[in-house]
Amino acid sequence: MEKVIDIQHLNKSFGSHEVLKDVDFSVSKGEVVCIIGSSGSGKSTLLRCVNLLEKPSGGKIMYNGVDILSDTHNIYSYRTKLGMVFQQFNLFNNHNVLSNCIVGQMTVLKRSREEAETIAMKYLRLVGMDQYVNAKPKQLSGGQKQRVAIARALSMEPDVMLFDEPTSALDPEMVGEVLKVMKELAESGLTMLVVTHEMGFAKEVADRVVFMDKGVIAEEGTPEQIFNNPKEERTRAFLSRVLNQE
Amino acid sequence: MSLNVIINIFSKYWPMFLRGAGTTLYISMVGTIVGSVIGLLVGLIRTIPAPERGFKKILIKIVNGILSFYVEFFRGTPMIVQAMVIYYGSAQAFGIDLNRTVAAIFIVSINTGAYMSEIVRGGIVSIDKGQFEAAAAIGMNHVQTMFKVILPQVVRNILPATGNEFVINIKDTSVLNVISVTELYFQTSSIVGINYRYYETFFITCIIYLIMTFTITRILRFIERKLDGPENYIMIANQMQVERPEDMIRRTKNN
Repeated sequence: MEKVIDIQHLNKSFGSHEVLKDVDFSVSKGEVVCIIGSSGSGKSTLLRCVNLLEKPSGGKIMYNGVDILSDTHNIYSYRTKLGMVFQQFNLFNNHNVLSNCIVGQMTVLKRSREEAETIAMKYLRLVGMDQYVNAKPKQLSGGQKQRVAIARALSMEPDVMLFDEPTSALDPEMVGEVLKVMKELAESGLTMLVVTHEMGFAKEVADRVVFMDKGVIAEEGTPEQIFNNPKEERTRAFLSRVLNQE
Repeated sequence: MSLNVIINIFSKYWPMFLRGAGTTLYISMVGTIVGSVIGLLVGLIRTIPAPERGFKKILIKIVNGILSFYVEFFRGTPMIVQAMVIYYGSAQAFGIDLNRTVAAIFIVSINTGAYMSEIVRGGIVSIDKGQFEAAAAIGMNHVQTMFKVILPQVVRNILPATGNEFVINIKDTSVLNVISVTELYFQTSSIVGINYRYYETFFITCIIYLIMTFTITRILRFIERKLDGPENYIMIANQMQVERPEDMIRRTKNN
């Protein structure tokens, strides 16, 4: 299958602390990849390196065969092809729901207001937030905010969606509504890269699960392989720790 | 002192008081607005993330150096001295004959600009990092991020500080009497020069200053509340095409 994102020998350190050590990783078109692992294992950093919110210390990131770390590459137009959903939602506080979804389209993609609004409404309907178009972020619950954040990212019509622990900051009863939206997206054939602690979601939705530990990819495979018979001892230890808590 | 004397003075000289108050308000208002714009621009430039290398890095360093000097200089010297240097100094050294009011507005503006740029910088720094990241992730560059996302929030957050600057400016324009700008203090001095009633005349001036500053504070507080909007989202009111009277009552109650 065609590789959309191909990461080779990626290194990232903060000062003397090495967070990612020689990571090789790729995502194919239409694939849903879940990255799991304990906190501090480097999974969020890996995701943030993909859209260059963190600048890698070394290695290569190829996007559709183009080296995005080269000096001549336009980082801004590259980022429009990746939608990002954050743990803390990060909706623009000065914009209402609709405006959150069109500001990027109009400023970055130079779409007209009518076109942007049509597209935004399409995705707001998809996440079930079309009734809240005039609401300000502070008037919404966490789950609603996250659904708007997903609609905002989708409105840019990206090739790949990146999710950075999208449900970790939510109250338990709101996790479901966000996961439901994500599941629908996965089923629609969107390429997704999801950092998550929701093992149930990973098991059910992922095409491939990647387990990270101490800055390296310890094991990867289909959900059945990872969850039912992991090869590595540390995968087994992590899973028993996490699943016993649930 | 008696109330009669005060009333007498006011009824006799009220046009002078009024003109003085008008000039004070005019200079401090224009000064605050221009100063805020200067502050926003300086704050914007000073928060540009520096690239790691190359010509741009050096350029940003130089510009930042100049701007820091500007801020330090005008914060670190009294406005009364700046007024003398800029108005009389420029006339003597370079033969530039400035209009007094223009000079006054210029002095107040660059002073406010120096203070505001620090306030703006603080405002930008205090915005949640997630807002910058979300804007970056959507593909915005620094300028787009600033104008579409960050500055609107900064402007809201620094509104109280801006109001404070406005109030300070109303009071501090009184030092501009040294370059004979006919603001409120200058007018009061002129009146005192005629009637020699220091206590009563300046008492009136006090009240006028107080009325101006108090009104400004209230107006700004009102604007802040308007900008913040209601705490909760009322879906019914939002979807209503034709408003019924009971909806209108509820809506006005909520605001």
